[in-house]
Amino acid sequence: MNIHAIIAIYRFEMARTRRTLLQSIVSPVLSTSLYFVVFGSAIGPHMNEIAGVSYGAFLVPGLIMLGLLTQSISNASFGIYFPRFVGTIYELLSAPVSAMETVIAYVGAAATKATMLAVITLATAALFVDMRIDHPFWMVTFLLLTAITFSLLGFIIGIWADNFEKLQLVPLLIVTPLTFLGGSFYSIDMLPPFWRTVTLFNPVVYLVSGFRWSFYGHSDVAIGISLAMTVVFMLICLAIVAWIFKTGYRLKR
Amino acid sequence: MTVPPMIAIEGLSKTYDSGFTALKNVSLTIERGEIFALLGPNGAGKTTLISIVCGLARASTGRVTIGGHDIVSDYRAARSLVGLVPQELTTDAFETVFATTSFSRGLFGKPPNPAHIEKVLKDLSLWDKKDSRIMTLSGGMKRRVLIAKALSHEPEVLFLDEPTAGVDVELRHDMWRVVRTLADSGVTVILTTHYLEEAEEMADRIGVINRGELILVQEKTELMKRLGSKQLTIELGTPLAAVPDSLAAYGLVLAAEGSELVYTYEAEAAGNAIAALLGDVAAAGLTLKDLRTEESSLEDIFVSLVRGSP
Repeated sequence: MNIHAIIAIYRFEMARTRRTLLQSIVSPVLSTSLYFVVFGSAIGPHMNEIAGVSYGAFLVPGLIMLGLLTQSISNASFGIYFPRFVGTIYELLSAPVSAMETVIAYVGAAATKATMLAVITLATAALFVDMRIDHPFWMVTFLLLTAITFSLLGFIIGIWADNFEKLQLVPLLIVTPLTFLGGSFYSIDMLPPFWRTVTLFNPVVYLVSGFRWSFYGHSDVAIGISLAMTVVFMLICLAIVAWIFKTGYRLKR
Repeated sequence: MTVPPMIAIEGLSKTYDSGFTALKNVSLTIERGEIFALLGPNGAGKTTLISIVCGLARASTGRVTIGGHDIVSDYRAARSLVGLVPQELTTDAFETVFATTSFSRGLFGKPPNPAHIEKVLKDLSLWDKKDSRIMTLSGGMKRRVLIAKALSHEPEVLFLDEPTAGVDVELRHDMWRVVRTLADSGVTVILTTHYLEEAEEMADRIGVINRGELILVQEKTELMKRLGSKQLTIELGTPLAAVPDSLAAYGLVLAAEGSELVYTYEAEAAGNAIAALLGDVAAAGLTLKDLRTEESSLEDIFVSLVRGSP
C-alpha cells in the first residue's frame, strides 16, 4: 500500500482547510448560534418537550447531522472536483496510487473535516442548552459512519459533476431538503400517519433518528434499522466508487 | 540477463468514444539514458501517446512496458519510474513551491526528503521561490515548478510534453541545459515539441508522428544525413543571363540576379558530383568568386515527411 501517497493527499486536503480556517470554523459556529437563537430561544419556549427533552436540546443532534451531511458532501466533492477542474488530476492519475488509496485519502480528509465541524457545532450547542449523551460510543459510531458515507457520496458527486453548477445541484436540491424533512427539527411521530409513512422513504430519517437516540435514548425508528440503513447506504456508495475507478468514468479518456 | 528497454510500446492504438482514432498501431522502443524527441503537428497523437504511457488515458489495443513493467498489470512499479511534465500549466495555485514539490514526492510513494527537494529546486533556480505561492510566479517559473514536481521522486524516465511552449528564449535554453544534465545523470528523457530547433538541439533519436501513425524513428544525425539535402551556392565573378548548356545536367538555378548558381544535391548521393561540377564550371569559362554550402534543417525534413505521409 502506498502509505506516503495517502498521507500526502490527506495532508494536502487538510492544508486547504487550514487556509480557509476562518470560513471553516466561523461559519458553522455562527449558523449553529443563529439556529439556537431563532429555534431554541425564540420559538423553543413555546414548544412542548419532545420525549422528555426540551426543544432546544432536541434540536442538537439534528443540527449536528445537518452540518455533518452538508460538510461531508461539499468537502469531498470539492476535493476531487477541483483537481479535475484545474487539471492537476493528471498527477494523481499518473502516480502509483490505487483506487482504494485515493478514496481513503480524499474521503478520510473530508470526513475528518466534517467531524471536526460537528464537534465544534456540538461545543457551540452546549453553550446554549443543557443536553446529555446517553450512548457516547454509538454517538461517535453514527458520527463517523455518517461522515464517511456522505463523504463517499460527495466524492461520487465530485467525479460526476462537470461544472460548478452540478457540484451544487445534488447538495442543494436533494440533500438539504431530505435533511430538513428527515426529522432534524421535529420528531416524525408529530406527523400525520400518511406523511409519517412517506418520510420513512427518506434515508436521512434513519441517520438523524439513530444519532438522536445516542443522545437521549429516544428514536423515531428502531436503532438496529438506523444502523443497518447507514451501513447499506455506505456499501452502495462504495460500490459506485469501485465502478468509477474500474471504468475510469470521468477520470480517464 | 538482458536489461529491458526503458519504454517498450507494441501495437498501440487508441480510438476515442467519438470514433476518432488518435493512434494507429504504434510500436516504439526507447532505451535507457536516451533523449527521444517526438515530433508531429497539432493533433498528430503525441499527447495521446504520452497520456497512455503515463496512465492518463486507456489504450484501445496494444501493450506498454516501462522498465519491463506492464503499465496495466504492474502499474505501481511502472508509474513509480515515471515523471510527467504536462503541456498545460496546471498547478495548485494556492500552494507554495516547496509544499507542492514535496506533495508530488509523497504521491509517488517516496518518504519525505527535504534535502532532495532542495537540490531539485536549486537545480531549477527555484530555491529563492520555495515559499512563494505558485499563483505569484511567472509562466516560465510555473513550468519549472512542474519539472520540479516531476523530478521530486527521482524518476528514471521523464516525459516532457511541450516543455518550452510559451517560455522565452533564455528560459528555453535554461530548460535544455537542465534536460541535458538529467540525461547525463542517466535519466531517460522523452519530449514532444513543436520547436524543431529543440529536437535538433537535444535529441539523440527522433520520432515523427502524423495522424496517429509513427512514420519514422531514427537517430537524429542519421535522419539528417539520410533525408537532408544540401545546397552549394557558387558566387560568380561575372553575372550570367542564363545557365550555360554545358551545365544543364546539374539542374542549376540562377539566383541573385545571375551572380549565383545554386546546386541542390542529396548529401549521401553527392559522390564526386561537386568536383565534377566545379570542373565543368571552370571549363565553361566562369569565374568563381566564392562558394558556400547549406544543409537542410530538421524543420525542412519534418515538413517534407509530414507532407509526404498519408
